[in-house]
Amino acid sequence: MFELTGKRALVTGASGGIGAEIARTLYAAGASVALSGTREAPLAALASELGERAHVVPCNLSDPEAVAGLIKTATEAMGGVDILVNNAGITRDNLAMRMSDAEWQDVIDVNLSASAKLMRAAMRGMMKARWGRVVNITSVVGATGNPGQMNYAAAKAGLVGASKALAQEVASRGITVNCVAPGFIATPMTDALTEDQKTAINSRIPAGRMGTPEEVASAVLYLASTEAGYMTGAVLHVNGGMAMV
Amino acid sequence: MSDISDRVKKIVVEHLGVDEAKITEGASFIDDLGADSLDTVELVMAFEEEFGIEIPDDAAENIQTFGDAVKFITEAA
Repeated sequence: MFELTGKRALVTGASGGIGAEIARTLYAAGASVALSGTREAPLAALASELGERAHVVPCNLSDPEAVAGLIKTATEAMGGVDILVNNAGITRDNLAMRMSDAEWQDVIDVNLSASAKLMRAAMRGMMKARWGRVVNITSVVGATGNPGQMNYAAAKAGLVGASKALAQEVASRGITVNCVAPGFIATPMTDALTEDQKTAINSRIPAGRMGTPEEVASAVLYLASTEAGYMTGAVLHVNGGMAMV
Repeated sequence: MSDISDRVKKIVVEHLGVDEAKITEGASFIDDLGADSLDTVELVMAFEEEFGIEIPDDAAENIQTFGDAVKFITEAA
């Protein structure tokens, strides 16, 4: 089950905790992976950890021209892109009344506009192949909102809407477009929280703990698989029951 | 001209699965040959590849019939 031999996956934000685990999981299922991110050193380290089917394709998603070239670069590296995982994301948290136009725009540009651009660019190859998988990593806050994250919540909710629209356009061509919405996931970012902060967070999660990157990656693997061919326009929530939406 | 016409016809037959006899000069991809809007996008992509040309979006919108396609490609190729 969930065998990806011969498939070629592009994962953005592959230097981060969740992105790296998604890349490992897809690779372990047999896929070739193109690892994208802004920091080249961790990408190169991950690529050498994985093996010869891993390729490093650095890209700064806040640069529109770089975004435009990423699918092409990944295609040159692997021969095509069958699976696109839009995982990269940034935060510029601030209360709405204090949020600057730049804080708003940066988050929309990277989390929403770059993902949309990559989806559009990837469609040509997937349409020709009559097979394609797009998995967008959104967030529980796209469904619930979160104080201080008006920009981030808007971008993630926007990505859900965009996914559903595209899913309808290309469903007849064997291409699915879905989202995985993680809740609190233990990564180097959450390691920085104090024990008190972690306890407070865990008390809001029915499962009583944060999720792991592996638990997010498993959902991505399913949606990337041939077995998930009849699921499209869906959002899989991986949040320990924190929000049942 | 006839060479281009034959190649375009071959792509349309393959892509839309229609009888070659139905592909006349004025045959509309959508109204006469059963294409949907996504099919027309794919046809344009196929023409671009077959003939090594770029068909800009505004030109693509004007390619409604088989004759339109042959005319555009003949001028561009």
